[in-house]
Amino acid sequence: MTHTPVERASGVPPKPLARRIRGLSDRSIAWIFVAPTILLLLAVNIFPLIWTIRLSFTDYRVNRPNRDVEWVGLANYERILTDPTIWKTMQATAHFLLWTIVLQVVIGFALAFLINKKFRGNDLWTTIIVLPMMLSPAVVGNFWTFLYQPQIGLFNYVVAFFTGADPASFSMIADVNLAPWAIVIADTWMWTPFVMLICLAGLRSIPDSIYEAAECDRASKWRQFWTITVPMALPFLMLAVLFRGIENFKMFDLVVQLTGGGPGNTTTLTSIDLKREAFEKWRTGYSSAYAVILFVTVFGLASIYVKALNKVKER
Amino acid sequence: MSFSVTEPSSRTKWFAGILVIGYALITIAPLLWLIATGFKSPADSIAYPPKVLFQPTLEGYVNLFTDRTRATAAMLEAAGEPQTWYDRIARDQGTVISGPSRYGERFLNSIIIGFGSTALCMVLGTAAAYAFSRFRVPLKDDLLFFILSTRMMPPIAVAIPIFLMFRQLGLNDTHLGMILLYTAVNLSLSVWLLKGFIDEIPIEYEEAALIDGYTRFQAFWKVVLPQAATGIASTAIFCLIFAWNEYAFAVLLTSGTAQTAPPFIPTIIGVGGKDWPAVAAGATIFLVPVMVFTILLRKHLLRGITFGAVRK
Repeated sequence: MTHTPVERASGVPPKPLARRIRGLSDRSIAWIFVAPTILLLLAVNIFPLIWTIRLSFTDYRVNRPNRDVEWVGLANYERILTDPTIWKTMQATAHFLLWTIVLQVVIGFALAFLINKKFRGNDLWTTIIVLPMMLSPAVVGNFWTFLYQPQIGLFNYVVAFFTGADPASFSMIADVNLAPWAIVIADTWMWTPFVMLICLAGLRSIPDSIYEAAECDRASKWRQFWTITVPMALPFLMLAVLFRGIENFKMFDLVVQLTGGGPGNTTTLTSIDLKREAFEKWRTGYSSAYAVILFVTVFGLASIYVKALNKVKER
Repeated sequence: MSFSVTEPSSRTKWFAGILVIGYALITIAPLLWLIATGFKSPADSIAYPPKVLFQPTLEGYVNLFTDRTRATAAMLEAAGEPQTWYDRIARDQGTVISGPSRYGERFLNSIIIGFGSTALCMVLGTAAAYAFSRFRVPLKDDLLFFILSTRMMPPIAVAIPIFLMFRQLGLNDTHLGMILLYTAVNLSLSVWLLKGFIDEIPIEYEEAALIDGYTRFQAFWKVVLPQAATGIASTAIFCLIFAWNEYAFAVLLTSGTAQTAPPFIPTIIGVGGKDWPAVAAGATIFLVPVMVFTILLRKHLLRGITFGAVRK
């Protein structure tokens, strides 16, 4: 069944798409197109998640498959929530999250603000700044352990050059006080460009006319910055914080290669701790409960945050 | 000459330029150091103060791609003249090459798994994105959110059951298993990104094709796909980069046959300590494709990393 241009021009309303085609209806095509994706995601994401929840109520251990599995109810959850070392891990994660977000937002926004001044060659320099975040975090983390070596490492040498300290006198990854900063610095190096790109999109979305109007009202540059630039870019900033927050909450590869969670447990973030419980101590049931708690935490925090984000957007 | 109040003065531009270039130089320094270290001799790589000028050598690359055994002076004498330039480099270190290292194998695995999962992801993702963009799918918004939410899960949290499931199915440490896994990981990105790209193609093109007697499939194949080609290409590169860089699943679920390069590079060790030039050489080879793609992709970068949530 075909329509000629004459029919189209004659004012007859076009029939619904589904009835114009031969063979399959739109509805069945839609299902054929969507089904494989949904099925794969159910198999590789939802099914394992449900399995994790089920395992979290048992004392199952992967390395002892022949042992009888006992249903232990909420005992795993109880043990985790009363374990002081888990709270230490949570603290380390919170510390990491707080400082990486603060540093990345401040530096990223500043960079975006400067790049938005449209100086010559800014595209080239933006591309260079963006490079680190496209690289493999594990490989980058591994190489940063070389940069952080006392004496031979570039990082120590540069710090010593500017402060006059002895480059052999401090080790970023072996010192209990410095190691948390070592991971914050590497993460900031890698992910500041991400915040910068989002801020740049935010700044470019502000129409020039608003500034022109402010200029007519003789508002100072400082005032324009705080009453126009910051509020208009805020939803973008908050989106960047959301993405970075989720990513850093599940941070694993960069930190595992950089410090391996050490020295002591000072840089053991929750993902690293979870990996040890699940794949080194093989406490499968226990670590499943741990995983569920982390998952609920990240989902809970993210959905509260998204509500706040939507409120800011509506203003 | 028109004067715009929003156009920054040349002094402001100059000042902004200096600061941004300063930051860019700090950012690029570790990468340049990595590339330079790959061409240093092991002794130069750990020299103090760190050497900026050095005699370049391919020792690191030879060490990366070969397994070598230490030989006594008498044995080296008996072995005769080295046949190739890499033989000569190994001989200078007092070793003989005993065979290829596993780096080549791991790199090949990265390519197979990266490209395999990207191809599968693009087929499934394009179809689903097209359906979400053009048809009334029941529960469309819920399904789209569900697809996005799969990205929020920490990989370790689902790794245990995936490990058990793969063991049951015989997929542990296989290319197929990793391809399926990375496809699932990347589907959220590709569906969301591609839906954005397809949404931008005017629906009138397809309507015209349908009126000309094309079926839905033909219209999709001959009209929509060519229009979406750029979007599909950049989405594919993002999927490839994510699969290429993935570490957590690779280190937990593979041990030998299907192991990719990211878990392997940190395990490269030399004689008496870490062979940093070899590590740097391995990392450089591994990072170069991504650097090239990043430069090619710079226009689509923002959309790609935010799932299209923010548009430039």
